[in-house]
Amino acid sequence: MGKRVAVVGVGMTKQRSSRPDVNGQELINEAVRAALEDAGISRRDIDAVVIGNMDHFEGINYVDTWSVDGSGALMKPIMKLTTGGTTGTTVAMAAYYHVASGLFDRVLAVGWEKNSESDTTGAIITAFDPFWDRPIFAGAVAGLALEATQYMHLTGATEEDAAYVAVRERRHALNNPFAHLHINLTIEDVMNSPYLSWPVKMGDMCPRTDGACAVVFASEDVVEEFPNKPAWILAVADRHLWAYTSDPYVNQAIENGWWFPALEWSAREVYDKVGIKDPLKEIDVAELYLPYSFAGLRYMESLGFCERGGGPDLVRSGATDMGGECPVNPSGGVMSSNAIGATGLLRVAECALQIQGRAGDRQVPDVKIALATGFGGCFWSDVLLMGREMPEKPRG
Amino acid sequence: MAEERKELIKLESGEAEQPFCWSAGVYGSKFLTELRDNKRFVGVKCPKCGKVYVPPRNVCGPCFAELTELVPVSDEGEIVTFTVVSFGFVDPSTGKQKPVPYGYAVIKLDGADTYILHYLDETDPQKIKVGARVKAVFEEERTGSMLDVKHFTLLER
Repeated sequence: MGKRVAVVGVGMTKQRSSRPDVNGQELINEAVRAALEDAGISRRDIDAVVIGNMDHFEGINYVDTWSVDGSGALMKPIMKLTTGGTTGTTVAMAAYYHVASGLFDRVLAVGWEKNSESDTTGAIITAFDPFWDRPIFAGAVAGLALEATQYMHLTGATEEDAAYVAVRERRHALNNPFAHLHINLTIEDVMNSPYLSWPVKMGDMCPRTDGACAVVFASEDVVEEFPNKPAWILAVADRHLWAYTSDPYVNQAIENGWWFPALEWSAREVYDKVGIKDPLKEIDVAELYLPYSFAGLRYMESLGFCERGGGPDLVRSGATDMGGECPVNPSGGVMSSNAIGATGLLRVAECALQIQGRAGDRQVPDVKIALATGFGGCFWSDVLLMGREMPEKPRG
Repeated sequence: MAEERKELIKLESGEAEQPFCWSAGVYGSKFLTELRDNKRFVGVKCPKCGKVYVPPRNVCGPCFAELTELVPVSDEGEIVTFTVVSFGFVDPSTGKQKPVPYGYAVIKLDGADTYILHYLDETDPQKIKVGARVKAVFEEERTGSMLDVKHFTLLER
């Protein structure tokens, strides 16, 4: 029962602060054309399209319908998804489910955003409860700052530890021609950048980006039709467990036993399914949704790359740099490009390129296993484990 | 023939408004009327695990049990985590700039097991500590909103 599924083509626009030369559909079309060309197929070969963005960020609903000419979905089944920061990974997982079900052989996943078209903080706030969240909640920057304060309090980590992550991400982005930010920051630059929401500074945060990404998923039955080597999906998992923005901090204390439970549960599930015992050693590259620098410390712990509180030492050791034990975000990650609906799908696309050995200047040598994650809203998580070898059996 | 103009055209939505009207539900309404009329906090207690939810709700997610028992909760509590917001942004609920900088915390009220978000009357992060005791300061004019609490004041400085 079920089919094994691989990524066989990817396309992405250059990620930029603003793309006034295209509307949403035209931006989508750039990525879709690139993905179809990369996969060596035409739009007629696609059986279904899964598409996602945060449509209230642009203030234009029904992207599934108005983008059909550009996405190639004309007269085909479409599924639209909107799950906050995780939108792109959710799109990837839904495309995977489509193909794994055996009902579709070739499915196109599309994620995109034009953050330049609205006030992102205002738009994010309206994704939350009007009684309990909106009167006080100050959007993603402040929500993440609350996490950073709690993390520093519980572990003794410092702002400078976080700055190491911010510098690493921007340094890696210099190897990626598609990244939005190409700036060679120093620790001092990050430390001297103005506070947005203490302890989070300008240099710690992701940018607002316009961009799109498209990925072709294919069934094991048709994978040999494609010129690219398959990058197999080994396992996926996602978890949601909060109603209001103040809920996550309840269980994020060490004494309560979980450390960012949504990410920790999802990661454990995919590791168990694939048989990963020592993720830092067994995973060759990770493309993680790190929306700000402190995430690059704490998520290492949630992902089992080190003990709780061990994030700063791990990052400072160089283990997550290019050439390290498990390079994190060779693409420059979310802190270098964040077109929100595209961001999660870019993580999957980058993992595919790494597995296929096609990542150019950002290539990590000999990637057999790659990890992609999505982060969203009240600390929920999507996790995908991908690999060079076809899995023995289809997995959820 | 006129010279060709090559600018990229944009369209602004302007001062468009779309009014919404949301329901707080039975327990949300009780919570907010207690705040407005009596300057008191209440929570809702799970009959299975005993957890007291503030903000209120009518279901405990882990137990999937219906919550019916209202219990009093203190207007004092402690800071779980905090930030000081200094970037300017427009509050989408009012269309006005938020008055930055302002302190903002996740607060555990005494008697509650979940937390609320609220403002602090301190903007220097060095003077705010995780675990610090705080107390609600109420507005004179109250309308049945979380903003009936003006902010939480630090009890120790």
